[in-house]
Amino acid sequence: MTDLVFNISLMLPEVFLVLSALILLLLGAFGGRKMTSTVNLAAIVVLVVAAGLVLYKIPDEGSKELFAGALKLDYLAVFGKFIALLATAFSLLLAYGYLKTENRLSPEFAILYLFAALGMMIMVSANDLLSLYIGVEMQSLALYVLAASNRDSLRSSESGLKYFVLGALSSGLLLYGASLIYGFSGATRFDGIYEVVANGGSIGLMIGIVFLLCGLAFKVSAAPFHMWTPDVYEGAPTPVTAFFSVAPKIAAIILIARILFEPFLAMIADWQQVIIAISVLSLTVGYLGAIQQKNIKRLMAYSSIANMGYAMIALATGTISGMSGLLFFMVLYLISTLGVFACILAMRRSEGMVEQIEDLAGLSRTKPALALALTILLFSVAGVPPAAGFFGKYFIFVAAVDANLTWLAIYGAVASVVGAFVYLRLVKIIWFDEPAVEFVPVKFSQGAVVALSAVLMLPGAIWLLPALMEWSQTVAASLFLVNG
Amino acid sequence: MEIGTVLPAIAFYLFASTACICALMVVIARNPVRSVLFLIMTFFSAAALFVMLGAEFLALLLVIVYVGAVAVLFLFVVMMLDVDFVELKQGFAQYLPLGGLLAFVLTVELIVLGTTFRLPENFSAQVPIEQGVSNIEAFGLVLYTDFAFFFEAAGLILLVAMIGAIMLTLNKKKGVKRQNVSDQVARTPKDGLELIDVKPGEGLS
Repeated sequence: MTDLVFNISLMLPEVFLVLSALILLLLGAFGGRKMTSTVNLAAIVVLVVAAGLVLYKIPDEGSKELFAGALKLDYLAVFGKFIALLATAFSLLLAYGYLKTENRLSPEFAILYLFAALGMMIMVSANDLLSLYIGVEMQSLALYVLAASNRDSLRSSESGLKYFVLGALSSGLLLYGASLIYGFSGATRFDGIYEVVANGGSIGLMIGIVFLLCGLAFKVSAAPFHMWTPDVYEGAPTPVTAFFSVAPKIAAIILIARILFEPFLAMIADWQQVIIAISVLSLTVGYLGAIQQKNIKRLMAYSSIANMGYAMIALATGTISGMSGLLFFMVLYLISTLGVFACILAMRRSEGMVEQIEDLAGLSRTKPALALALTILLFSVAGVPPAAGFFGKYFIFVAAVDANLTWLAIYGAVASVVGAFVYLRLVKIIWFDEPAVEFVPVKFSQGAVVALSAVLMLPGAIWLLPALMEWSQTVAASLFLVNG
Repeated sequence: MEIGTVLPAIAFYLFASTACICALMVVIARNPVRSVLFLIMTFFSAAALFVMLGAEFLALLLVIVYVGAVAVLFLFVVMMLDVDFVELKQGFAQYLPLGGLLAFVLTVELIVLGTTFRLPENFSAQVPIEQGVSNIEAFGLVLYTDFAFFFEAAGLILLVAMIGAIMLTLNKKKGVKRQNVSDQVARTPKDGLELIDVKPGEGLS
C-alpha cells in the first residue's frame, strides 16, 4: 500500500489536475452563470501550476516507473508534459477571450481542456500499450466534444461528427496493432516488448507496429491519414482549432517517438520505410493542398499536415540528433502556430469573425503592429532564416544527412521552398494589397499571445534557441541512454 | 478417441461456425432488423467460446453489455430512424473491386500471421489465473492494486464522455414551467386568491 502512495506522490501534477478539474466541475455545475468566468480563469491557473509541478517532480535517477510499469517518469515525459500543459493553458486563454466576446462561455469548456491535458500527460509518459490507449482516448474524446461545441453552427457539428467517426476508425487500427504486438511479444509493457524485439522481431510485430503507427499518424494528421484535418479545422470554433494544432500534436509525436525509439528501435529497418513514406506524402499533400486554399483555417490545416512531414523526417533518422531536432522543431512550430492562430482570432469585424485570406488585405496600414507580428510568425513557420523556425528545420535536415537520408533532407528543403510560396503570398496580401475593412481592436489576451510568440520567434530567439537546444539534447540523450 | 476430447471439439466448431456465419449474415442481410438480430447471435456464440476458455466472467459481460445494452440500442435506433438501407447499399457494386482488393490483402495478411504465430517463449499472461480462484475473485485481486491506475483513468474517460454528452445535448430553454414542490406547499390562500369587491351594475373592467 505504501508503494501505491509513493506512486501517487510522484504523480503530483496529474493528481492536482484531476482534483482541480473535479472541483471546478462542481463549481460550474452548482455555481450557476456567475461562476463561468471564474471556472475558466481558474482552469488556466491550474494548467500553469501543474506545469510548474511537473518541473518540480523530476526524478533524481533520470527515469522512474510508476504503477508497476504502467507509466514512466523520465526527462522525455517531463518535457512533453511541460510543453503540452503550457500549450493548453495558452489555447484556453485564447478560447476564453473569444468565447466571452461571442457570449458562449461555459464551464464545461474549461473542464474538457483540463481532461484533454490529462490525456496528453498520460500519452507522453505511457510505458504500456494499455496506458497508451487510455491516454489517446481520454484526449480524443475531449477533443471530439470541443470540435462540436458550437451547437448552433452546422459546420461545427459536422466537424465534430466527422472527427469522431474517423477517430473511432483510427482507434480501431491502433487497437488491432496493439493486439498483434501483444500476441507476438507476450507483453504489453514496453520493456517486455523491447526484449522480444531485441532478440529478433517477427512479421507479426512488424504488421502490429505498422497498424499502431497508422492509428497514431491519424492523431497527428500526417498524410495519408489527413483527410479529416481541413474540414475539422475549418468547422471547429477557431480557438479550438488553435488548440488542435498545438497541444495534441506534441503529445502524439512524443508518443510515436517513444514507441519507435524505446521498444522498437531494433526493428528500425522495418519501420523506417513506413515513416519515410508518411513524411514524403505529408510534405507533398500539405503544401500542394495549402496553395489552393482561400480560407486561412484550411490553409493552417494543410500547413500542419506539411509540418508533420518534417517531424516524420526527424523520426525516420532514429538517432539522438534526430530526436533532439524533433523536440526542438516541435516547440518552435508550437509557438509560432499558436501566435498565427491568435492573429486569426484577431480577424474580427464589427459584424463578426472573418476567416478568408483576402480579409487580411492591407493589414500593414490598418494595424501595423499586428501585421509585423504576423509577418514574423509566418516567416518562422515558413523557415525563412532570421526567424527561429528556420533553425528547427535546419537541425532536422542535418540529422537526416547524418543518418544517410540525404535525399529525404533535400526533398524536405525543396518542399520548404514550395511552402514559402504559401506563406509569402499571405505576407504579400498583408503588406501590398489595398486595405480591406478594418478589424475591431485586438483583445488583450490575443494581443499578449501574439506579442509573446512573435518576440520569442525573432528577437527573443537569441535567448530561446540555445536554452531549448540544450534541453532537447539532454532529453534525447537520456532516452537513448536507457536503451544502451 | 476419448469422448472427453471429442465433445469440446464439437462444441468449439459448432459455436465458431455459428459465429462466422452469423457475422457474414450481419453484412449481407437485406433487412437491417435481421442484421441486428444476427449480431446478437454472433455475440452469443462468442460468449459461448469464452465459456469454453474458462473466462465465464467475460462471457457474461459480453452477453449483458453487448446483447443487453448495445445491440438492443442498435435495434431501437434502426427501428426509429427511417433509413432506406436498400438505397444505402446502392453503391455496393461500385465499391466492390476496391473493397475486394482490401479484403484480399487483409486475408493474406491474416494467413501469414496465422502461419508464423508461435507463442513467445517467455509468454505468461500478465496476471496468471491461480488455480481454484474464480474469475471474479481474480479480477478483484488485481483491479484495485496492480491495475488501479488503469481503472481510475478509465473511470475518468467515462466522466469525460458524460460531460461531453451533457454539454452537447442539454438545452437550456427559457420560459419553461417546471414543478417546484416546495413552492406549491408554501403557497397560502393569500397568494392564490384575490378578493375583489364588485360594485353592482359595473362589472370588472
